[in-house]
Amino acid sequence: MSDFPASAKVVIIGAGIVGNCLVGHLARLGWTDMVLLEKGPLPNPGGSTGHASNFIFPVDHNKEMALLGVQSANQYRDMNLSVDSGGIEVARTQERMNELDRRMTSAKAWGVEAELLTPAQVKELVPFINDDVILGGFHCPTVSVVDSLETGTVMRKEAIETAGLQVFANTEVLEMLTEDDPVPGMKRITGVVTDKGTIEAEYVVIACGVWSNRIANMAGTYIPLVPAVHQMADVGPMDVLVETNNEIGYPIVRDMDTFCYERQSAGSMEVGSYGHRPILHHPDEIPSNEEAALSPTEMPFTIDDFDQQMEEAIELMDMLGDAEIKYAINGLLSLTPDAMPCLGELPDVRNLWSAAAVWVKEGPGMAQVVAEWMTYGYPRVIDPHASDIARFYDDEKNDEHIWARSAEHFNKTYGIVHPSEQWESQRGLKESSLKAITDAAGAEYFTARVWERPHWYSSNADLLEKYGLSEREVEWDNRWWSPLIDAEHMNLRENAGMIDLTAFQIFDLTGPGAVGFAEYLSVNKVDKPVGTSTYTPWLNHDGGFHSDLTMLRLGDDHIRVVTGAFDGGRDEAWIKKYMPTDGSVSVANRTEDYVTIGLWGPNAPAILSQITDADLSHEGSPYGSVRSISLSLGDAAGVEVDIFRISYVGDTGWEIYIPWVQGPQVWEAIAAAGAEHGLRPTGAGVYAVGGRVEKGYRLMGAELESEYNPVEAGLARPKVKAADFIGKEAYLAAREKGPDAIMCTLAVEDNTDSQGRKRFIQGGNAPILTNDGERILDSHGRVSVVTTAGNGPSYGKYLCLGYLPTELAEIGNTFKVMYMNELFPVTVVATTGSAFDPDDTRLKG
Amino acid sequence: MNILVCVKRVPAPGSKINVTSDGMAVDAAHLGFTTSPHEECALEEAVQITERDGGQVTVLTLGPVEAEEQLRYAASVGAHKIILVPTDGSAWDPQRTASALTEAIQTAEEANNQPFELILFGNESADSGGFQVGVRVAHKLGRPIVNAIKGIDPSDCAVTARREIDAGFEVYNVPTPAVLGVKEGINLPRYPTMKGRLASKKAELTNAEITAKAGGQTLVRLHRPAEQASNTEILGTDESAAVAIVDILEEIGVC
Repeated sequence: MSDFPASAKVVIIGAGIVGNCLVGHLARLGWTDMVLLEKGPLPNPGGSTGHASNFIFPVDHNKEMALLGVQSANQYRDMNLSVDSGGIEVARTQERMNELDRRMTSAKAWGVEAELLTPAQVKELVPFINDDVILGGFHCPTVSVVDSLETGTVMRKEAIETAGLQVFANTEVLEMLTEDDPVPGMKRITGVVTDKGTIEAEYVVIACGVWSNRIANMAGTYIPLVPAVHQMADVGPMDVLVETNNEIGYPIVRDMDTFCYERQSAGSMEVGSYGHRPILHHPDEIPSNEEAALSPTEMPFTIDDFDQQMEEAIELMDMLGDAEIKYAINGLLSLTPDAMPCLGELPDVRNLWSAAAVWVKEGPGMAQVVAEWMTYGYPRVIDPHASDIARFYDDEKNDEHIWARSAEHFNKTYGIVHPSEQWESQRGLKESSLKAITDAAGAEYFTARVWERPHWYSSNADLLEKYGLSEREVEWDNRWWSPLIDAEHMNLRENAGMIDLTAFQIFDLTGPGAVGFAEYLSVNKVDKPVGTSTYTPWLNHDGGFHSDLTMLRLGDDHIRVVTGAFDGGRDEAWIKKYMPTDGSVSVANRTEDYVTIGLWGPNAPAILSQITDADLSHEGSPYGSVRSISLSLGDAAGVEVDIFRISYVGDTGWEIYIPWVQGPQVWEAIAAAGAEHGLRPTGAGVYAVGGRVEKGYRLMGAELESEYNPVEAGLARPKVKAADFIGKEAYLAAREKGPDAIMCTLAVEDNTDSQGRKRFIQGGNAPILTNDGERILDSHGRVSVVTTAGNGPSYGKYLCLGYLPTELAEIGNTFKVMYMNELFPVTVVATTGSAFDPDDTRLKG
Repeated sequence: MNILVCVKRVPAPGSKINVTSDGMAVDAAHLGFTTSPHEECALEEAVQITERDGGQVTVLTLGPVEAEEQLRYAASVGAHKIILVPTDGSAWDPQRTASALTEAIQTAEEANNQPFELILFGNESADSGGFQVGVRVAHKLGRPIVNAIKGIDPSDCAVTARREIDAGFEVYNVPTPAVLGVKEGINLPRYPTMKGRLASKKAELTNAEITAKAGGQTLVRLHRPAEQASNTEILGTDESAAVAIVDILEEIGVC
């Protein structure tokens, strides 16, 4: 074809809802010289968009999904391709009624209108429902039904008209062209080969829905998603629906306890299910447009899998039983191992972007995220850290893992998922060399992505009586929690605790450019004497948080980066994206070379001094210092370890970095030395929550997100270093302007609910409200929500972290926090500092 | 009326049909299966007749055990009894198929102590399209058969069957018991209801034991015909297209 382009600035592959909205948003942001390729015909190429049920429930407990759902719904509304049908989630069980209270709380947090209905009130809105099988409903009037195909067409045409987008349908990508990048292990995308010709391209975006990983594989990389079946049957016609003379005249009903929905489609009802067995496919099993009886992603209906759903649907709506099943499919959609989308630049192929595992309900918003990311270096509409394709470790990028995790969470699509819920499948992928020891101590493990971390130890049960601790009254608050966490916390503050921190992600930057590069990434000064450390944010170009982590100056040309297990992938990708390409810096992942043990508490110095002759005083091992020392392990030869005087729990002590194989010996030696000092194995429950909230220590992804800057987070130092760094200009502006919101610690003053039960706020995102129960927004429209909640056993109250508008962020101010649809009084007890030991005297211990 | 409908499980492909690498079968790896459309209409006709006049519809198929899916589907749209003649999964030739069906029919009729007054086949199967089985079965049973039927009107001891021809209709008055080959278009088959589907799971499935031996016809190889190349010319996107259309209509002599 003569008009097929030989080159383009950017090639977007896939013209479903995501690819179409992406070209529209890129055009709005000024991109030109774009080519959109689609292997199927237009306007319906046969991907998941073409058979989507096209409705948006705007309430989600997850911030990214909730805000981008609302944002997407508004984009559809702005194009006049949306109808607010309203929607009701109905409950058949008391447990679900409790979940609906939780939905009310999330609705409040994100500013979505919602109300709880009695069965009779549900029946007023949906007269054909059997109100005797339900206990109540959660009604959301702004649930909308959208026209995703037409939206795609409109966005595509906008890009054609305003940015000269070239579109080629029925054009299949056969090959992805890459070249080696100067950074070892990295490649760069250079173009695509199609059945119509080859296009050289600076950027390529994969927006291929269920086929995305197949295309990624062509470039030697991986997008961890699996095509999965969502069964849907269209039954009708039914007079009550026909009489509405409308595509959608009644609210959509989600029958949450059967994992089904009933959505009117003109005279018929679409019954969709997430309740059948997980049915996963390999992309190569998806037929071509020509081979498919319907469309490629409308696979043959396996009716046996749907029988139970039919019975349950008829229970809810009698009329469905006599309606004909006119059309039924095993519709394909994309699932990922952690149920979040895959967005952003592929960490190992420069300029190759993923816009995949996105459903119609969040398509336009996610497309905007990717467009902004490509334009500004990081999105502005929201922090997408939980959707960032770089979050995945290698162990998460294989079929076995993706299939197992996707199968596990498929039936939780409408499930009641606890904020701390742990995976059952694919456990034990990464374990510390201390595992046998921590097993013997009765560790209960939680995962930090692929890493197993002891969360508490049953061997500490004797401490429960000592500290007078017991289980929580309400099962939900007690789930994935143990009073042993508080027991270990109290013991650490009284004596000492030893925490397995091996899940830390460790990267060494070496070479003549290492220190300079480290400075370029970091807000705070890294170029300090060897043996010192820097806790520092890494900012994006807009001055919002990308990461917070610790950098150790181990040598003249050697910086060690230590970051958390949830962020190791993102941080490693950030390093490789920005590191010099002249060979002056090398990066090495040292994570599995070291076991890390945290030893903290007032007795920590006394314990460690028993196995080393090194000077552990504040002169010999000052706060923030890192040094190598020798530990004597009884008869065995000594072990050289690095001790880093730092604390994330608020008591004095060290992170001890030990060669992997010697970890167990050192643990045992420390344990023996601590026996007389009350030392106990202590879990991440103390490290990640209890100790942290008492001290107000911030966590990436909770308190720290790209919407906020270090001034607001209370992490701005008195001076700004001279060296340049990413986000410096924006950071200077933020300092000049002052904070629009401030991170605060709030104490729950009374946690008694209306039934007289003691409640304990679980998870983040509980809204912080005025005493009149109104939402609080700052001058940027950012809403105040709890970013972390957890018990402060030493402080003596349950604590919450969260941002408040600057004018409200004063100690002593009172607010309400909503939890499970009830209001609990809270008081600001700290602004930028700590609620517990605000002078840090214990750190000096 | 006591009616038997014989159906066949066939793949439901798209516009492109793949053949297995040995060339001996349609590659159905990722295809769904359905009942041949002519037979769906035959079943619908039988159900309508019994709904109107009383009686019973039995559905019989010869095929792999998976063909139970098509029998359950038949039950979900009104069949009263379902019989499977199980094969080993290979495609049987028309002679063997006809012999097996005849055997199964005779067994069923003996069990009923009466012949099926009407046996309906589809005019031809949607996959192999052999046009043979119905005729062979009728011959073996010694019963009259008329093919390409698009209208059935039963009466006492006979059935009036209507066949479409270019000039109009041929009408046959056939004494029962009789066999008819039904063509799509005779009716619009219903879809199953949800209740019908759920009830069909409870329908009792009879497995027929048969002894039929292979016949003389063997499959040598399936070929996919060469794709028909077609040229598409865009005549225009504005008013000028109208002139071009008129030119073409004149060229092909329709105006």
